[in-house]
Amino acid sequence: MSLMRLAFLSLLNRRVTALLTAAAIALSTCLLLGVETVRTGAKASFADTVSGTDLIVGARSGSVQLLLYSVFRIGDATANLTWESYEEIAARPEVDWIVPLSLGDSHRGFRVLGTTGEYFERYRYRGGRPLGFAAGAPFDDLFDAVIGAEVAETLGYVLGDEIVVAHGLASFSEHGDKPFRVAGILERTGTPVDRTVHVSLRAIEAIHVDWTRGAQAPEGARVSADEVRAMDLRPQAITAALVGVKSRLQIFGLQRWINEYPQEPLLAVLPGVALQELWAIVGVAETALVAVSGMVVATALIGLAAMVFAGLDARRREMAILRAVGARPSTILGLLVLEATMLSLAGALAGLGLLYALLLIARPWIDSAWGLWLPVSAPGARELALLAAVAAAGALAGLPPAIRAWRMSLADGMTIRT
Amino acid sequence: MAPALRLEGVRYAWGAGNRAPESVSGAGNRAPGSVSGAKSRARGGFALEVDALEIARGERVFLHGPSGSGKSTLLALICGVAAPQAGRVEVEGEALSALSPARRDRFRAERIGVVFQMFNLLPYASALDNILLPLRFAPARRARVGRGARAEALRLAQALGLPEALVLRAPAAELSVGQQQRVAVARALIGGPGLIVADEPTSALDVAAQGAFLELMFAQAESAGATVLMVSHDPALAARFDRSVALTQIARTSREAAA
Repeated sequence: MSLMRLAFLSLLNRRVTALLTAAAIALSTCLLLGVETVRTGAKASFADTVSGTDLIVGARSGSVQLLLYSVFRIGDATANLTWESYEEIAARPEVDWIVPLSLGDSHRGFRVLGTTGEYFERYRYRGGRPLGFAAGAPFDDLFDAVIGAEVAETLGYVLGDEIVVAHGLASFSEHGDKPFRVAGILERTGTPVDRTVHVSLRAIEAIHVDWTRGAQAPEGARVSADEVRAMDLRPQAITAALVGVKSRLQIFGLQRWINEYPQEPLLAVLPGVALQELWAIVGVAETALVAVSGMVVATALIGLAAMVFAGLDARRREMAILRAVGARPSTILGLLVLEATMLSLAGALAGLGLLYALLLIARPWIDSAWGLWLPVSAPGARELALLAAVAAAGALAGLPPAIRAWRMSLADGMTIRT
Repeated sequence: MAPALRLEGVRYAWGAGNRAPESVSGAGNRAPGSVSGAKSRARGGFALEVDALEIARGERVFLHGPSGSGKSTLLALICGVAAPQAGRVEVEGEALSALSPARRDRFRAERIGVVFQMFNLLPYASALDNILLPLRFAPARRARVGRGARAEALRLAQALGLPEALVLRAPAAELSVGQQQRVAVARALIGGPGLIVADEPTSALDVAAQGAFLELMFAQAESAGATVLMVSHDPALAARFDRSVALTQIARTSREAAA
């Protein structure tokens, strides 16, 4: 009978406490791995949101700020990019495509983005997937709007519905005289696109044509929706632009050129680099999360040690028997450490299984609730290392009671009188 | 040929002033019934001296003495769980007292089969697993039975009157006390160790079962060529042995009260 089998049978004999202990380890391991998955999943999801874009260009501010307001619609731009600069950048030989972004207005809590039709062709998410239309088509008319999946779902919009854009993000003044019509509804992407109302850049200009300094012109001086169609609706400025280059080798050259642009202070960032900066900022919170889940694992392993300790007295007879048939005290020590290791490994593996089960069940829900598509893939090196670490920590947790058992079996020998 | 067992001028003492190598002070958690616990708690000293004891190979020796006469200590010395401070303990010509604790453990695994009064078996393992247990720690015994370990265990069990189905499947805890004691004998005998040490193996059995148990044990020990040393406080059993030794005649014990 191998030591392994002996340990297994002994655990089986105490199956209720063993199972409870393993369950605690399983839950804590599941939490630890879950935090890892959500952490990497969230990063991947953020990275997916900007896939396919080589440079983001905006007025000079911080790179993280530029990334957040242009792509994630978090926060606001402090300054704009003039249309002349935009056109000059667009004319650069390195530029393959460029999509302007104009932000600042909203519709019932959702941001309104002014852009061009090219946006729907160029935008890529989740590893290079293009945007798809659940219904309708990109904007054609000046007052056409394309809405994201969440906008459509939350507000119950269908094609042809009329929507009014509000001036600014939280204001009571609306562009009520120039309503839009829902021309297209995008498929769900799990990115901020879902929560965006897209209109043409010219439309943004059109609804602001009779506005100055944040207020609309008085009744008589207004421009009607029909009149505006005849006007030159070239924008003065935009918020930011997404740029794709012809060759990846040219990214840095173009970036330098934009950053040194003499006419106005501009900033061009690589989305990946800006994301890294962002992760460096939220790293503290991440570390805290990992630390907390690590603590939970440690708690479960202390429970394991307590279980082995609690069983020692009842098992003195067992140890005396083993001593009598020739087991050394060190074998007893090894047996208890082996038990602790087996239990923690079983718990860790069960935790991994639990995590996969939870992921499979909860994934669609997490996706729709937070736009976070968690990957379900075979455990990677990091996961395996974590599992091994839990098992090793379990062995370590089993060591103090095992040492106690070793001392007890030295003192008892074969003569326990029960 | 060297005798199965020879003790010469053995002195073993432990207690407050004379700490034995095997006793660990501060090991804590001593059950009230355990020898070490009781003695350490009293903080008294206890010493056992045995001038000479010799047992020939194949002999069946009955060692009796009242409780407290040092039987368990003597067995611990013979089995190499404890080492004397002075004198020699030889089993089949090997001086146990000269070996390291680890070597003594190995020696016990290979050459000595032990049967306790009761609770001999790992309760969660089957009788078969219990019988095979010593082979795990004794490569030479394992080699001797070879691939037929399982068959040999079943043969011993059958010879000792244990139903095969019971041996194969039932956890040891479900066996009757008499069956458990016979499983313990099979475990002591498997792989053919030279010396069987039995510590009150019949005291948990009723009188009718005691005789039958001893006959079975003797028969199997004899066919294996093993020497039997049995310790008991019940002199009624002495007649069934080749020789009876009173511990009080060969050994002296001394106790000091706690200060």
